[in-house]
Amino acid sequence: MSTISRDEVAHLAGLARLAVSEEELEKFSGQLDVILDAVARVGEVAADEIPPTSHAVPVTNVFRNDEVREGLSREQALRSAPATEENRFRVPRILNEEA
Amino acid sequence: MTAVAEIMDYDEVLRNFDPVLGLEVHVELSTATKMFCGCANEFGAEPNTRVCPVCLGMPGALPVVNGTAVESAIRIGLALNCQVAEWCRFARKNYFYPDMPKNFQTSQYDEPIVFDGHLDVVLDDGETFRVGIERAHMEEDTGKSSHVGGAAGRIHGAEHSLLDYNRAGVPLIEIVTKPITDAGERAPEVARAYVTALRDLLRSMGVSDVRMDQGSLRCDANVSLTPKGSTRFGTRTETKNVNSFRSIERAVRFEMRRHAALLNEGAEIVQETRHFDESSGETSSGRRKEEAEDYRYFPEPDLVPIAPSRDWVEQLRGTLPEMPWERRRRAQEQWELSDEELRDLVNAGALDLIAATVDAGASPSEARSWWVAYLTQRANERGGELASLPITPEQVARVIELVNEGKLTHKLARQVVDGVLDGRGGPDEVIAADELEVVSDDSSLQAAVDEALAAQPDAAEKIRGGKVQAAGAIVGAVMKATQGQADAKRVRELVLAACGQQ
Ligand SMILES: [Zn+2]
Repeated sequence: MSTISRDEVAHLAGLARLAVSEEELEKFSGQLDVILDAVARVGEVAADEIPPTSHAVPVTNVFRNDEVREGLSREQALRSAPATEENRFRVPRILNEEA
Repeated sequence: MTAVAEIMDYDEVLRNFDPVLGLEVHVELSTATKMFCGCANEFGAEPNTRVCPVCLGMPGALPVVNGTAVESAIRIGLALNCQVAEWCRFARKNYFYPDMPKNFQTSQYDEPIVFDGHLDVVLDDGETFRVGIERAHMEEDTGKSSHVGGAAGRIHGAEHSLLDYNRAGVPLIEIVTKPITDAGERAPEVARAYVTALRDLLRSMGVSDVRMDQGSLRCDANVSLTPKGSTRFGTRTETKNVNSFRSIERAVRFEMRRHAALLNEGAEIVQETRHFDESSGETSSGRRKEEAEDYRYFPEPDLVPIAPSRDWVEQLRGTLPEMPWERRRRAQEQWELSDEELRDLVNAGALDLIAATVDAGASPSEARSWWVAYLTQRANERGGELASLPITPEQVARVIELVNEGKLTHKLARQVVDGVLDGRGGPDEVIAADELEVVSDDSSLQAAVDEALAAQPDAAEKIRGGKVQAAGAIVGAVMKATQGQADAKRVRELVLAACGQQ
């Protein structure tokens, strides 16, 4: 049961900011189909009374006390940034691709 | 660019359409730390000094939920008459934007922590309007960008942008109303009154600073129009960047008029976000929402579900303070206010301030007088709200106390209040710095009284002859000579005594 179209793969690639070539679109949609088919087999055994599971362990309510903990110094935080300015992370023009 | 849309006369809008509103309010919680890490949640710190691997989205960093933020979310839900979920999860909302270093926002999707409530809002004429609450969910704020190279720091035309991630990960509660369909001509007012009521509520609960000017309370207004007689909602626009109560009202009104003009011409409303311009009172086109947003939400694998026990929920219900509407009812009874007086105090934003001043020891009438008269005047001069004046109810109560003790005259008291408003410290500090205390030292006052009597022999003679009302002129002269720093009552006593009238 082929489930993912070439257009959908292209759309997802766009959302994920991945440059995917024409050949790759072809290749990936075939590969993703195989993956989706494999995952879909879980649905064959899951009956209606089995709720969808997102977490493997039955744990709830893991909370932290609202107490300040030392984080990174500004130097540490900015050290790996490709570019900085005025103690801030410098990023390229934001509206480029949306304009 | 499209031409500037014509707008329709407001009355004509209402003759042809029914407005539908949806309001989304984001509230930053005033917890000590962020939502998923122990970094301090603090406004105005030096850039990138309240950050860690979690809120910078570094690989391998794992979030842990702030328990106090969850409590606040549940308490807000309870105050809004909501149901509290038995079980809910966080979800990842995936999109790319530089202010969000993880490339997803940890939020909640179809399992909000609280849902299905309402808030009763008092309109300007005292009528109550019930706004339905769809849901409130927990999420995290983004970092703050500043844009370089464009006009006036705008993102359009900017060459590059700079990011400060101190705000990234600050706990946010997003509160979403149900569609408000029956407000009619009062839709703009309802929008303003709702956000104001929400602000009052959240402030009385102490869960947020709720400062619109600092962004800890933000409102997005969705507006659409339904032609009279139709039941289908029209296409909506979402106006962002509305950062004062008055602007919310203006933005909704403007959008209603703009939509109506377009629909009247047979044009389509474009589903888009719009930006409100404070100076022109108009909205302008922002991001188009041509395709439905595709955030590919999925349950957050790094955070386990939240399952608030009913015991916990009831315990949190017990921590709710007196609600603003209860406080209003109590104030009206205790201070013996008419409906109109109460409404005026509420509309002026003075009621809670007066109540807090009374709590700090002042009498209701004195507290009312200060906030309604002098401080309202000062707030108007500054073009701000009463509540944002840099003086606390405790400080006002202290000034009132000093007046009652005879240590300040009314004139001096105003000078002290001005000093506090100018940021020169509390009342006692201003008094000490300016030596504003009342002169009640009799020997220096006596000299001034004698001098004044000698300067006005006619008045002195009248007082000696029993015409005590003539003492006013002498008291006035002494007050002038002491530059208003004398205790007028004491001066009068000294004047009468000097003329043998006591
Ligand atoms: Zn952090």
